[in-house]
Amino acid sequence: MREINRVVMKKDALQLMTGKPAYTEDLAPEGCLIVKALRSPHARAIVRHVDTKAALTVPGIECILTAEDVPKTRFTIAGQTYPELSPYDRLILDRQIRYVGDPVALVAGRDAACVDKAMRMIKVEYDIQEPLLDFRQAVDNPIVVHPEDDWNPRVPVGGDNRRNIIAQAEEDWGDVDTAFQKSDVVIDRIYHTKQVQQSMMETFRAYTYLDEFGRLVIVSSTQVPFHVRRIVATALEIPKSKIRVVKPRIGGGFGAKQTVVMECYPALITMRTGKRAYMAYTREEAMTVSSPRHEADVHVRLGASRDGIIQVISVESLWNGGAYGDHSPTTVTLSGHKSIPLYNRFSAFRFRYTAVYTNTIAAGAYRGYGATQGIFALESAVNELADRLHMDPGALRLQNIVQQGERMPAYFNETALSCNLGECLKRVQAMIGWEHVYPRHVLPDGKIRAAGLALAMQGSSISNVDVASATIKVNDDGFYTLSIGATDMGTGCDTILAQIAAECLNCSVDEIVTRGVDTDTSPYDSGSYASSTTYLTGMAVVKTCRSLIQKIKEKAALMLDCDDPSNLEFTGDAVTDPVSGRRVTRQDLGNAAMITNDIALEATETHYSPTSPPPYMAAAAVVDVDLETGHIDLVDYAAVVDCGTVINPALARVQTEGGLVQGIGMTLMENVQFDSLGRIQNNSFMQYRIPSRMDIGKIRVEFAPSYEPNGPFGAKSIGEIVINTPAPAIAEAVYQATGIRFTELPITAEKVYLGLKDKK
Amino acid sequence: MRIQYWLNGKMESDEILPGQMLYELLRKKGCYSVKCGCETTACGLCTVWLEEKPVLSCAVLAARIDRKHVMTLEGLQDEAQEFARYMGQEGSDQCGFCNPGFVMNVLAMARELDNPGEEEIKEYLAGNLCRCTGYISHMRALKRYLTEKGKGMRL
Repeated sequence: MREINRVVMKKDALQLMTGKPAYTEDLAPEGCLIVKALRSPHARAIVRHVDTKAALTVPGIECILTAEDVPKTRFTIAGQTYPELSPYDRLILDRQIRYVGDPVALVAGRDAACVDKAMRMIKVEYDIQEPLLDFRQAVDNPIVVHPEDDWNPRVPVGGDNRRNIIAQAEEDWGDVDTAFQKSDVVIDRIYHTKQVQQSMMETFRAYTYLDEFGRLVIVSSTQVPFHVRRIVATALEIPKSKIRVVKPRIGGGFGAKQTVVMECYPALITMRTGKRAYMAYTREEAMTVSSPRHEADVHVRLGASRDGIIQVISVESLWNGGAYGDHSPTTVTLSGHKSIPLYNRFSAFRFRYTAVYTNTIAAGAYRGYGATQGIFALESAVNELADRLHMDPGALRLQNIVQQGERMPAYFNETALSCNLGECLKRVQAMIGWEHVYPRHVLPDGKIRAAGLALAMQGSSISNVDVASATIKVNDDGFYTLSIGATDMGTGCDTILAQIAAECLNCSVDEIVTRGVDTDTSPYDSGSYASSTTYLTGMAVVKTCRSLIQKIKEKAALMLDCDDPSNLEFTGDAVTDPVSGRRVTRQDLGNAAMITNDIALEATETHYSPTSPPPYMAAAAVVDVDLETGHIDLVDYAAVVDCGTVINPALARVQTEGGLVQGIGMTLMENVQFDSLGRIQNNSFMQYRIPSRMDIGKIRVEFAPSYEPNGPFGAKSIGEIVINTPAPAIAEAVYQATGIRFTELPITAEKVYLGLKDKK
Repeated sequence: MRIQYWLNGKMESDEILPGQMLYELLRKKGCYSVKCGCETTACGLCTVWLEEKPVLSCAVLAARIDRKHVMTLEGLQDEAQEFARYMGQEGSDQCGFCNPGFVMNVLAMARELDNPGEEEIKEYLAGNLCRCTGYISHMRALKRYLTEKGKGMRL
């Protein structure tokens, strides 16, 4: 363990910090056509006619495309493994407008000024229709969002476009109704979360060109290069072999870039004009026509005995997919599958869900991927249960949580092979000084200080679906290159995976060059999402190193006149023969491989996981609430995470802190509001406030590692779980301070003030 | 219209449009450290120095820099590199997209404030948004940087 559990600076840190050109826009060549989309101001309409005649006369305009000009094959932009679970329900441009911002025309020209001018000169005739804006009214509404006959669910997930249903299912285990009847206490509430935005600092962007072989090259800020290739091929009706996708540095993703939000647009312009094209979303577009978290109503019923044993859990989720079904069938399942298994004493559980279409922005993938909404609901209900039973919420949880070694009926019957959740819980209560802050006390200035608690889980990759690969080769002088298909989006996976390789190959991280994604040359990887990179691609790296060491020994055996390579020892720097005492250095091996050689010193291995081991965490929040104004100050937040073995403590810590602050933003500040016509009001960083450094108090993070036998060196995931605790922990603290249970996010000063006024 | 100005210490002369923003001009001049994150002067990514004071280049007309000195991160590579090591050790560089604007403001702060307290630092840097890190690691890096640089920091 030289490179594992060690702080290593990200390989790209100094270049990025000093502002070197590394991102899509920095690399886009001069002379790209600028592409923009003309968008519908109406939430539901039929495009009767688009008059582009005048616009086409604007000097510099090269191409204007409308619905008539685009391929007619429906597709999904959700970046998921084949066969995709999201319905094929989109066209690049469609005459049926389904939400405010749906594109009507694509305009490409010499510069932004001429494109803007041309867009103002396009005349669109709309047949405006009444929109369906309330997701609670969607099922069987007379307004049908997707009336088309070619609506195409690739995999049956219970959807029915005539009923506005994207996906629907139910799952019962044990005798749910009897368990509720036998329960002494039942908590029954509906929790509402909104369509919060990932708000990565770099918006969606891509440039496209035809290369010297006439193939379409897409350089895109994406988490899923291989899915971009498949999706663009489907949408543009061109063979996948004609497309190459390259991922430069990414300015943040958080799941937003697991959806192929805009790559089809410049790609189509390049195919039609033969010219280079560049498209970058404005922040307003990134806020209004992107792929935010799904709005949800999560109805939780908890049944418990008087002594605080949770007997039965029911979770029923209603999911607002918006105008298109991207990621709906999958995110919604996490609201139950990655909340209920936190507990494991119950005799029965129920999980039902429905994801629906409405005429609002289509939701997508956002860190936490549905678990966030489910955990806010379930953990809030557990806090209420503790309160009802006059029990400490930590003590109540300790007697109900899943323990290492237990089978989890609510988690596909997987066994929790690595679980240190009890330790996380005990440690976090000690860190925050629980007995001093819970439930509440009055401060000298009259504010109320109070505390709340929450647990969380996630998965590590999608079991039996995700595939990760790594290629490692030995070069001159014996340095290694590690090719991966996973995408570093700031998370540091280029470095973390090099640490894993260095550990296996017994060398320093600097001797491993990591090369990120080019679909022509990188080994296949589903992409960086579903908390899969360290766990899954990490394991692919471990397997690849094993195979490579075999090859190195084979080559060394020839050089050392040894008959059986398995007798040799690879020490990292050299291969030695314990019998003869002879050795050959890695440097000599690398160079020998380049003359008179027939053994490729290169290995590729691929990996999938039949399980998705959950990381676990516990967190506690302390708030000061001003009962006069409703203002909430988050003064202290402590979190203890079990992500298995921590590969890079600095990067794991910053992932945690960053995820917590995103979760805090979702809980206290970030609000998406629609007007009566379905237009988003919070369409910039002025109206949609994400946390600044002034909004953040004390945040402390510790690790309580377990050891996951299926992960690389015992590692599980960390990227997503860390966003899940703030909402339930803070909501509980605010309840303890005010006596008001907030079941809708965000919990703003205004809501607290009005709530307190109502209470009086 | 034609303007003359100093960019990272070098005299430049350019023909600009009257409505052109400094941000656009700087990208055209190859200063790729200067990023745009919001278009509403809310994120701090496009921070550069005008006459040694940090400004948002998306909110300054290029015409305003006539006969003035503009500094971007391209002109402060050694100092940026020095601070970057502290950030890198904390893992707080993350996606890197907000960093150049943030570093411009940090370097301005290091010149302007002596022995600043934590709240003072937060206030100075409040306009620099970051979505990856949650800011806590920034403060850890800043404390070590300012202390070891001899600028001091009130704890």
